Amino acid sequence: MSDVLVAAEHRRGALRDVTYEAITAGRELADARGGDLHVAVVGGDVDGFAEDVNREGVDAVHAVEDGEEFDHNAYQAAVSTLADRLDVGAVVLPNSVNGLDYAPALGEALGVPIVTDAVGMAYDDGLTVTREMYGSKVETTVDVAGDRFVLTVRGGEWPPAEGVGDAAIEAADVDIPESGARVTGFEEVGGGDVDIADADVLVSVGRGIEEEENLELVEELADALGATLSASRPIVDNGWLPKNRQVGQSGKVVTPDVYIAVGISGAVQHVAGMKGSDTIIAINTDPNAPIFDIADYGIVGDLFDVVPELIDEFA
Amino acid sequence: MKVLVTVKEVAEADDDFAIEGTDIAESDLEYDLNEWDDYAVEAAVQLAEAGIADEVVTVTVGPERAEETIRMALAKGADRAVRVWDDALDGGFADVASKVALFEAVVAEEEPDLVLGGVQAADTGFGATGVALAERIGFEHAAVVNHLDVDADAGVAHVHRELEGGVEELTDVDLPAVLTVQTGLNEPRYASLRGIRQAQRKEIAAKDLSDLGLTADDIESALTITEMYEPESESDAEMIEGDAGESAGRLAEVLREKGVGA
Repeated sequence: MSDVLVAAEHRRGALRDVTYEAITAGRELADARGGDLHVAVVGGDVDGFAEDVNREGVDAVHAVEDGEEFDHNAYQAAVSTLADRLDVGAVVLPNSVNGLDYAPALGEALGVPIVTDAVGMAYDDGLTVTREMYGSKVETTVDVAGDRFVLTVRGGEWPPAEGVGDAAIEAADVDIPESGARVTGFEEVGGGDVDIADADVLVSVGRGIEEEENLELVEELADALGATLSASRPIVDNGWLPKNRQVGQSGKVVTPDVYIAVGISGAVQHVAGMKGSDTIIAINTDPNAPIFDIADYGIVGDLFDVVPELIDEFA
Repeated sequence: MKVLVTVKEVAEADDDFAIEGTDIAESDLEYDLNEWDDYAVEAAVQLAEAGIADEVVTVTVGPERAEETIRMALAKGADRAVRVWDDALDGGFADVASKVALFEAVVAEEEPDLVLGGVQAADTGFGATGVALAERIGFEHAAVVNHLDVDADAGVAHVHRELEGGVEELTDVDLPAVLTVQTGLNEPRYASLRGIRQAQRKEIAAKDLSDLGLTADDIESALTITEMYEPESESDAEMIEGDAGESAGRLAEVLREKGVGA
């Protein structure tokens, strides 16, 4: 009951970093609850993955054989079966695209509440989760009634678990129902004429540009600086620039020497794709925009005033 | 086939806002159709235009105020709407299971073949209702769909799921199904004047808990918001002051120091 279960996440033969971060969060929770930490690996190279997730603080690893890739029905069946069998009260999963493809169904199947996208937590008689609302403008603390729940944790908020644990690794037998959702393949997007990940200097444009016609302005800036043009998600969603120009969680992760964010507010999904840049410069009208939290230089101002002046400087 | 679209009216905070208790002050909030749901509505209307969907019904959990937003979805081409509200929903923070209970009751009445909704709501950002609903009503599901091709005869939706890092997963999902829709799936249309006029005559059926055969116990939330605050700025940025010309001049210096444009 006081035990905690974490499920690993892997894709195309490799464990994803969020797995190790979820293990850290799971260990923190297990300590607070006075329980053991179990980790489930489902599908793929389960033996290899089981060794990999046996990090410091892991008490037991449960390996469930399945197909090669993620299948939400298999994950749900494996985790709910293990949660029942081990009498685990708390399940911790990555708040990833695949995590969110089964965690809510798992909460429903187990009849326990779910809280997603945790950025922090405290446990004292019960779980209190810190999470953002209103597009990262505020943080909230959310109390969860009862001591059973499913929690998904945001990537990059907990450090990855390290070291080598002395967990018992065992194969777990789970009945996996035939799935009504079948993965038929994968597609890489974002190929094409240019790889923004190779650029030393990026001029990156966001929603603040307002109209497609205005893109000329940032193109001109990129030309003047000898930089490559990239964009945040809304620009690509609108079809104004191709997908290969998108910086962020679902686009490219970039680490240029200089990243100039023009009219980009800095949503967490965008920041995940560019926070490793050496120097970050942000131009935005909203002084509270989260992009300024990670910027090295900031200008609070209208890009339509500042950018033409900047182009003149380099003309 | 019949398509049910979950549509939420979301609150967006003004640039300057005050927090009162555990929420943002009502006067500092603007309400609008949830961005992700706009793509879901568009997907449903396109299915109707392609002759695949016979009827598109929207369902919203929200007070009377939400009818303006619901009319927008109707003006874009949805046929009619259901709006669920009850005094028991006022004030508290509904958890995923209580929203699912409401949608489950509407699904039982409407018997859709396909349920579409946004990946998440812009205000609460849970991203959980659609997948939890699928489990409750025994539908298949796929989350974070950015490409959709419905083969009604075969009873399959061919979808792409947008994974992290520029990778898409191609999946065949058996119908009936719940799909959560990512932005960029399509190009949501603007409502035409004609659409707006027509929407005035379309039905918005208001339902409370008893209409749906539910009681307050069915929607008891396990979650309570205990605090809300503005996160402390972690910024150690050098803020460049001055008018546009001055700040551009200083920024140019910085860039030249970094060897940019040299």
